[in-house]
Amino acid sequence: MPKVKVDGIEVEVPQGATVLQACEVAGKEIPRFCYHERLSIAGNCRMCLVEMEKSPKPVASCAMPVADGQVIYTNTELVKKARQGVMEFLLINHPLDCPICDQGGECDLQDQSMKYGVDKSRYELNKRSVKEKYMGPLIKTVMTRCIHCTRCVRFAEEIAGVPEIGAINRGENMEITTYLEKTLDSELSANVIDLCPVGALTSKPYAFEARPWELTKTESIDVMDAVGSNIRVDTKGWEVKRILPRINDEINEEWLSDKSRYACDGLSKNRLDTPFIKVEGKLKACSWDDAFKYIAENTKGFTGDKVFGAVGDLVDVETMYMFKKFFKDVLSSDNIDFRQTNYFIDPSHKVNYLFNTSIARLEEADLVVLVGTNPRLEATILNARIRKAYVARKAKVYSIGDVGDLTYPHENVGSSLSAIGDILAKNGKIYNSLKSAKKPVFIIGESGLSPNGEYVLETIKKILKDNNFLNNDWNGLNILHQNASSVGAIYLNLLKSNFLEDLNNDTLKVVYLLGADQIKVKPVNKFIIYQGTHGGLNSKIADVILPGAAYTEKQGLYVNTEGRVQDANKASFPPGNAKEDWKIFRALSDVFKKTIDINSHLILRENLFKEYPIFKEVDELPKSEIDSLTFKNVTPVNGNIKIADFDFYFSNIIAASSKTMDECKKAKQILQKTGTDN
Amino acid sequence: MLQDKDRIFTNLYGDFGRDIKSAKVRGDWKDTKEIIAKGKDWIINEVKLSELRGRGGAGFPTGMKWSFAPKEVKPGRPHYLVINADESEPGTCKDRDILRFEPQKLIEGCLIASYAVNANACYVYIRGEYLAESKILQEAIDEAYKEGLLGKNACGTGFDLDIHIHLGAGAYICGEETALLESLEGNKGQPRLKPPFPALIGLYGCPTIVNNVETIAVVPTILRRGGKWFAGFGRPKNTGTKIFCISGNVNNPCNVEEEMGIPLKDLIEKHAGGVIGGWDNLQAVIPGGSSMPLLSKSICETIKMDFDSLVEAKSGLGTAGIVVIDKSQDIVKVIARIARFYKHESCGQCTPCREGSGWMWRMLERIAKGDAEVAELDMLMDVTKQIEGHTICAFGEGSSWPVQGLLRHFRTEMEERLTHKKNI
Amino acid sequence: MSGKHVAKDQPTTFEFNEVNLKRIQEILKKYPPERKKSAVMPLLDLAQRQHDNWIPNAAIKKIGEILEVPYIKIYEVATFYTMYNLAPVGKYFIQICTTSPCMIRGSGKIVNLCKKHISEKEGKLSDDQKASWIEVECLGACVSAPMMQINDDFYEDLTEETATKIFEGIKSDKLPKPGSQKGRVGFEPNKRLTLVKN
Repeated sequence: MPKVKVDGIEVEVPQGATVLQACEVAGKEIPRFCYHERLSIAGNCRMCLVEMEKSPKPVASCAMPVADGQVIYTNTELVKKARQGVMEFLLINHPLDCPICDQGGECDLQDQSMKYGVDKSRYELNKRSVKEKYMGPLIKTVMTRCIHCTRCVRFAEEIAGVPEIGAINRGENMEITTYLEKTLDSELSANVIDLCPVGALTSKPYAFEARPWELTKTESIDVMDAVGSNIRVDTKGWEVKRILPRINDEINEEWLSDKSRYACDGLSKNRLDTPFIKVEGKLKACSWDDAFKYIAENTKGFTGDKVFGAVGDLVDVETMYMFKKFFKDVLSSDNIDFRQTNYFIDPSHKVNYLFNTSIARLEEADLVVLVGTNPRLEATILNARIRKAYVARKAKVYSIGDVGDLTYPHENVGSSLSAIGDILAKNGKIYNSLKSAKKPVFIIGESGLSPNGEYVLETIKKILKDNNFLNNDWNGLNILHQNASSVGAIYLNLLKSNFLEDLNNDTLKVVYLLGADQIKVKPVNKFIIYQGTHGGLNSKIADVILPGAAYTEKQGLYVNTEGRVQDANKASFPPGNAKEDWKIFRALSDVFKKTIDINSHLILRENLFKEYPIFKEVDELPKSEIDSLTFKNVTPVNGNIKIADFDFYFSNIIAASSKTMDECKKAKQILQKTGTDN
Repeated sequence: MLQDKDRIFTNLYGDFGRDIKSAKVRGDWKDTKEIIAKGKDWIINEVKLSELRGRGGAGFPTGMKWSFAPKEVKPGRPHYLVINADESEPGTCKDRDILRFEPQKLIEGCLIASYAVNANACYVYIRGEYLAESKILQEAIDEAYKEGLLGKNACGTGFDLDIHIHLGAGAYICGEETALLESLEGNKGQPRLKPPFPALIGLYGCPTIVNNVETIAVVPTILRRGGKWFAGFGRPKNTGTKIFCISGNVNNPCNVEEEMGIPLKDLIEKHAGGVIGGWDNLQAVIPGGSSMPLLSKSICETIKMDFDSLVEAKSGLGTAGIVVIDKSQDIVKVIARIARFYKHESCGQCTPCREGSGWMWRMLERIAKGDAEVAELDMLMDVTKQIEGHTICAFGEGSSWPVQGLLRHFRTEMEERLTHKKNI
Repeated sequence: MSGKHVAKDQPTTFEFNEVNLKRIQEILKKYPPERKKSAVMPLLDLAQRQHDNWIPNAAIKKIGEILEVPYIKIYEVATFYTMYNLAPVGKYFIQICTTSPCMIRGSGKIVNLCKKHISEKEGKLSDDQKASWIEVECLGACVSAPMMQINDDFYEDLTEETATKIFEGIKSDKLPKPGSQKGRVGFEPNKRLTLVKN
């Protein structure tokens, strides 16, 4: 490892590191605009200039590789002058409109000019003005503020895989734009807002909503998919003003999907804020007591197989635990399932239902086989890792099932299940790639697990085992869940066989929908309870509605597709009379005179952890217990894998209630209709 | 004065045919096979002995540059030779003459240089405006192929070489070697960060040597007559002959091949027919293309035209494009026009040049009109210093040096103009 | 100050003609097969020559499809280089070099003549819709300054008389021979001291 001296401090940094990184190791702050750890090096802002011995000119530290024996100075007069000079150049054409700029208070240019600039301008000529550019419903542009760092250009091309932003013209006329001012066709588009060091690209939905210092910031976990992106929820009073990514290198790095970021306006629309009961076919607002009484009256005598509970996609572990307890202790039933469509899950062993490779190690992959999944839509952040594998090592990507556009080149090998059988039989393209692969991954989606899920799972297990990719060093078997509640529910064993068939037969008398908005229930001869946050199709067929809390309004655990337990904090309150869900079950059990004796969230967690110690391991990946994995021989079946349509912007009740998501969906439709032809 | 027998470009003025037959009569392609048979080491060593320095402006020793190319060609990483014919430096039009009158010298040089650096493909990047010249070169290349001097087993050497022409489309910055490579790859001509240098990671990420037209075109003659012969002209590290372009306020603007180190006054007075209105009418000279600081008349009296003498005079030989400016010209306007050129040609990639080049130009325009304060002269100097040395490529120097030259030699005149608000 | 002028009225489609499709195949042979992007500039040039000396957006898209390069990357290139016209220009497209070496030899006078003979405003079509002129930066013919380029041809060693003749020639579609208007072959001096022709 090369040794370099920074301001007299000797530091050792890895081969291939840059001088800027060496300076950081030495504890020296280097100002920068264009440089970003996760993007390629542009070296264009020139803010990071440092002095290097034997170099007649100051060097851009972000782009200079370290070499043994370099002597660097970050605090000399030369460096100071250079920074001041660059700062002055950046500011001569930058408008002084900070008071009306949404970046104000969290602006790199503002902060760095305070620290490295001078206090007044010598530039007395007119400033350049640049026309705004349309970039879609999320990104507001004020291009006069642009300092041409090209972070957005590099992000779109490198991370998002949609090379649609560019810098046109040249010299002082250079302008950032999308091609012919089209919406950026990416589910990651809004990350350019975070990346923009100035107020050129700001958040359209959040425009003029708040100043950063007015906001309360709460660390939390996203529930829009099963990835479990780490987020920060910014609230002003009750209202969630915006959601930003938190850095977690194991999961979302520092990116966030547009849905995770912008569905939050759906939190204040279409909310259930008071209980309802159905009176003469119409839902009528009522008190909690009335609702509870109504439930007790109408469910009397129905227990065991006569009741069924459906868990929705956004439910936290504690709520599911209480739901299960309520069913067991009060209704003497185990009839709960978290699935809203029928697909195969084998809960007998963790490896059978988790994303075993892990999201982070996905970028090591050299072969990716997608089996019935569109990761771009189902797990946008995870998809960015597949792209990373493609960018870094040209990972070959195959899809079984017609997957449509992804953000990297891929080959569709058809939809027939025989494609899997071929690999097992050592035939075909995928097998040929597998032969030379060192780190292959198979990603099986929910569509891949239905209707021949067991065959798919067991065959892929066998393929991986035969080729020695199912071991403690490399586990290439991955199940990609779509919902934030799924793995937690499997941990709690909320599965019931043939639940969809049973749901509509006559023996079933009570259906309890816990935020289950997608499941199809025929509302005939059944008493339906809907507990959830938003008014949707299933709340309309309910006999009773119990208003619960959304993910930002309660503390709760979520388990992502890797099996990683994460803790989401409470940033806001449920609206009106709505309650945190565990409290609803606590109160309801009282009405049934079978009190669940849990009186605080703390006690709830204690009980949960005692019964299911797996939830204690917050933030950790579950331990691999691959040696105990069993294999089954299943007879080959004929059939196809059809990737179910996935309405990205409307995939859950919060997103479907969001005006912003609606705009995104419309913009996407326009884009699909017109392409780039205007 | 250089004798005609020692001139390399004997058809510099287009007196004879440019076709391959005529070129051969003039000595091109003589013993090329034998020269190549002497091996890479001999060739590079002989070029080193000649002390040939790059003719494109930076003056980097050519032999040394070639020796940076990796000795072995790794699989999947072919080497490339790229000829920089993006001649765009105001005051310079020497490569154009080589392309149109001496194309075989360039082609022969390409073969030898490609062999020396292990390149089987050579691209000649010609500025788009030189369309006629590119057609001439293409004809010459076709002729060379027909004679077996290019292609498989080029010139019977057992070595294969293909030469392709790539046309630019109007961007001065593409004369910067890494911007040129970007352009050749189909991108905007924005210079790359260095390191890595093109010799290791150049065109398509492969080892690439980039040389100016004139540099490559003199190589065959050097190798035929010996590195020592070439080094015999001029003085150590400033050797050989060189094409000078003399434009501006002279009676006979011309290109001329002369000995390195020839007095500037000789070039102007003898070859270019003198300054219009006589030597005393001389105001200043830009000695090496627009990016080199101008010289005042007193320096012009004695200065010798070579790399090191001009650096001592705080200027540079650059491309040896000499622009003579007589007293009828408003010197501030002349430099302001150069500043406008740099503003127009800045690629826009890095901050100091993108923002600074326009600022300098606008200040100079105001100063030219007398519409500024004297204190702004210091500010202008400051701005040039904030650009110089702070950019990705040498364009930063190229745009700030001419302004510095103006302030260095004409500050008194500028102060006077501003004090008396003349020219408003 | 602004960037490149892009035409508002754009044709909806663009197809390369047969001859140019063949040329494209020839051009692609110059570059390694996986480096098709290198052909962006030659293809833009072809499109411009085929389409009345300007490149419509539809051509940019077409080139993107042929070379499998994102449109924005081609658009970047098309707006970066000065020789690509993204809006119509005259049939005679006159470019006058006004950079310092030409300026000090009187390019300003040529510009004035353009204003008189072609159109008052730079970039505007002449009354007969035939020609337009712009000022450009150094064209690399400083020793024969002042000079201008009309379409592909250089007209050098201009005087007001010869320039006027050229502009008048435009009106009758009869241009003088390109090159030095003083009869020079290259950049030889008027009085030779060296390489005196035998």
